[in-house]
Amino acid sequence: MTMRSTAHTKFQASAAVALLSLALLAGCKHSSPANSGLKPTAQGTALVESSGGHQLGVTGTALKDPLVVQVNDDQGAAVPGAQVEFHGPAGISFDPAAVLTDSSGQATTSVTFGAIAGRYQLSAVTPGKAKPVSLDIVETALDYQQRVGAMLSDKYCSRCHDSESSPQRVSNYDNLEVKPHAFADGNTLNKMSDADLTSIVLHGGPALNRSALMPPYGNTLSATDIKALIAYVRAVSDPPYQPAGTVYARK
Amino acid sequence: MQPIRKYLSSAWQALFGDPVRAFGMVSLILLLALAIAPAKEYFSQWHGYQRNYLSLIRDRGDAISLRRRFEPGIHQIWLPELGVVDRCTTCHLGLKEASLADVGQQPFRKHPVVPHSLDAFGCVICHGGQGQATTVAEAHWSERAGEQPILPTRYIESGCGQCHQNALPGTPQLNLGRTILTRYGCVHCHAITRPDGSKVEATDHPPSLAHIADKTTREWVFSWLKDPQAYAASTTMPNYKLSDADASDISAYLASSSAPQAGDTAAADTKPTANADPSAGPSLYGESFCASCHAVQNAAGNLVGGDLGPELTRVGNKAKPEWLAAWLQNPRVYDATTPMPHYRFTPQQIATLVAFLQAKTDSDYGSGVHLDTAGPQQIAHGRKLIVELGCAACHEINGVQKPENFAPELSTIGSKPLAQIVFLPGMEHSLPAYITGKIRQPHAFGSSVKMPQFTLTSSQTDALTTALLALTARGRSMPDSLRVAAVPDSSYQPAGHAGKLIAELACLSCHRFNGRGGDMAPDLTWEGSSVQRQWLIDFLHNPNTLRPSLIRRMPRFNLSDSDNKELTDYLLAVYQSPSIDADLAPAVTNPPEVVEHGRQLFYSKYACQSCHIVDTKTDKGYIGPTLTQVGSRLTPGWVYAWLKNPQALRPDTTEPNQNLSDDDAHALTAFLMSLKVSGGRGAKQ
Repeated sequence: MTMRSTAHTKFQASAAVALLSLALLAGCKHSSPANSGLKPTAQGTALVESSGGHQLGVTGTALKDPLVVQVNDDQGAAVPGAQVEFHGPAGISFDPAAVLTDSSGQATTSVTFGAIAGRYQLSAVTPGKAKPVSLDIVETALDYQQRVGAMLSDKYCSRCHDSESSPQRVSNYDNLEVKPHAFADGNTLNKMSDADLTSIVLHGGPALNRSALMPPYGNTLSATDIKALIAYVRAVSDPPYQPAGTVYARK
Repeated sequence: MQPIRKYLSSAWQALFGDPVRAFGMVSLILLLALAIAPAKEYFSQWHGYQRNYLSLIRDRGDAISLRRRFEPGIHQIWLPELGVVDRCTTCHLGLKEASLADVGQQPFRKHPVVPHSLDAFGCVICHGGQGQATTVAEAHWSERAGEQPILPTRYIESGCGQCHQNALPGTPQLNLGRTILTRYGCVHCHAITRPDGSKVEATDHPPSLAHIADKTTREWVFSWLKDPQAYAASTTMPNYKLSDADASDISAYLASSSAPQAGDTAAADTKPTANADPSAGPSLYGESFCASCHAVQNAAGNLVGGDLGPELTRVGNKAKPEWLAAWLQNPRVYDATTPMPHYRFTPQQIATLVAFLQAKTDSDYGSGVHLDTAGPQQIAHGRKLIVELGCAACHEINGVQKPENFAPELSTIGSKPLAQIVFLPGMEHSLPAYITGKIRQPHAFGSSVKMPQFTLTSSQTDALTTALLALTARGRSMPDSLRVAAVPDSSYQPAGHAGKLIAELACLSCHRFNGRGGDMAPDLTWEGSSVQRQWLIDFLHNPNTLRPSLIRRMPRFNLSDSDNKELTDYLLAVYQSPSIDADLAPAVTNPPEVVEHGRQLFYSKYACQSCHIVDTKTDKGYIGPTLTQVGSRLTPGWVYAWLKNPQALRPDTTEPNQNLSDDDAHALTAFLMSLKVSGGRGAKQ
């Protein structure tokens, strides 16, 4: 039970820093970005998401693609020179946090996650003509285990379970007689317990009376791998996954 | 004075006037003095956090079990052999509580799942900071001598890199950073020794400049030195921000020191014929699969192609046609260790390719460059600059020795004390901020800094910083048992005349043999056990793709029949796996009912058609190789061993191990071996 001796003044200072950090970490919303010095030349009446929403990132790092939103006017035409501010919960940072739309009416920012994994609701706000217009954007930060799951999924699963093809990877989804479930398909997968998911990965589709087109991975993936895969599936589920029979809920 | 003295004496009388009063007062003072220590502890920061924790868990459904596991007082993880004395868990009370995963309020949130346990490794090994401290400020942000603030989460993978010198699947950022360290040639100037004593070796291939004048002009060298990325956006050559005069002098020295080499211009007489087919160039470029290694910028400005060889977007601005012809005829004349294969092009093909590549010219590039003939003074100055800038650390240059220890060693850069760092004004006082700042803008740290500016994206810079931060003093003092060594490439070299052929064709640029080689194409260590002789001969003559979803990259090398036969025989004889039964019965001896049973297993029990195609009419599986003619390609022994355990033959393969019984594996092998080239409908009987 030893403690480093602390001078009184230093004690106060450190307590103040601690309080400040507590306040920052407590999950309260950031105060609006400091006066950005931007000079908007126009105002729009609607905000739409152009790209960069619903990305999966990793805690502590920036999202791979920038977040792009577009400001439109009443007629749906793009508005250049309008101010857009980005807001998010504690831990999220934007670069820049406030920006003017470019010549095609688009505002671009890069999003960096803090240390805590989870689904984050961000918002973009533009002053608008009468009242501020805001747009909600969802991004997900994966922790270590979920990211390992994401990498395993990319290697073993997504060729069939993801129906989207990319230049690097042609999807096999359309070739299958029985269609696999997308991992984000929360309506189906949220109803399955961890034990069910584990068993279908271990022993293949027939284990739960499902299609044999899903092969068994029990001799290929380790128990840690399968846990990571399930953690990933739960993290990307939409609607979000709520563990069944949570006994820890607040009263 | 008088009233004050009177007041003091009456106070003294009141407090210490007689022995009883004096005793009482002294006791009171003693009591207060004794109370200081407990009071200080009670009001200490960590006590406050423990009280907050108790009130946080009080309202939760599992309060009783959480309360039972809570221990008041200062907690400590003490691991003498790792040098860990961590008291972080005094305030971070919920790290092991699964039910606190949803708590947003730090310091009580559960730690995310990671491969190591808190009790075995503590906290600061990965997170940095001062483990012994019991206040937030001291633990997290102390900058005193020898102390480091905690590591921002974005560099957290550096913690793994202290022990894990190998590439872990879960640390892509660290792995990328280490690749950059070797690929951008950082270690040509900065020596890095791993904790086990092995050296980090560069994997780039900086070209020799000994015969540079055969290859290109002084004007191109000048433009290149001024801004390498303007010529090739993807090049790893850094920008030295040279003045025009300096760049001109360096180009003068390089041109004057260049020694002409016999054979560099031997094929200069192959001029393209006037009536050449304009589409012949692109199609030869395409079917030679140049794009597997060389990238070209498309109209949208995106690079298309591989990164093993230099970008060719503006190669016409650079390469002299006669040099290019000689290079295409045999690249090993100019550079004996180039990863470029020696294609057996005909003179006509070389002329076509030279014309095609020479057309890749940007008329704006270097158009304003006119260099005066350099005098001996300029040439001498150029040499002086080359020595000062350390060009010879990467490039072979006639008349300049490769400098030793040109830049500071970085083996323990991750533990560099903050007190030794001169931070720029306004810069955050932390090691990661210093390292990223130095990588991004080395010249901001003073004009005497020789480090050039590399072109890296911000995620590449973060990755490189992560790899550098992993080079800690702690990593060197870790017990050997915890260290996971890097897997070095073996020094395997195929022997004999066939080995020479393999070197000429640069097979190891893409394929791996016995632990050495590239990863662009399959590992061929056991190719001899895997494929049939006739198939391999045909494939080398005319490669085709095996997987419908993959882009074919194997080029046709125009091998002579005798070279082809020699290579085939060598591959089949040398690259044999001891675990594969070479005598397993070929398909002809399998009775039809076994083949039919295998067919049933293929389609029903194991549903192989979800990934493979056997009958192009009905099957659509798009992931594994097409199996329509597999009976003419693979050996029965390989197919059987593969079905039993694919990962044993190729650890990286995605085909799951289905744990087949011997009978099922035999029947499936019989079915697959019945799928022959002639009458490829063998499956349908």
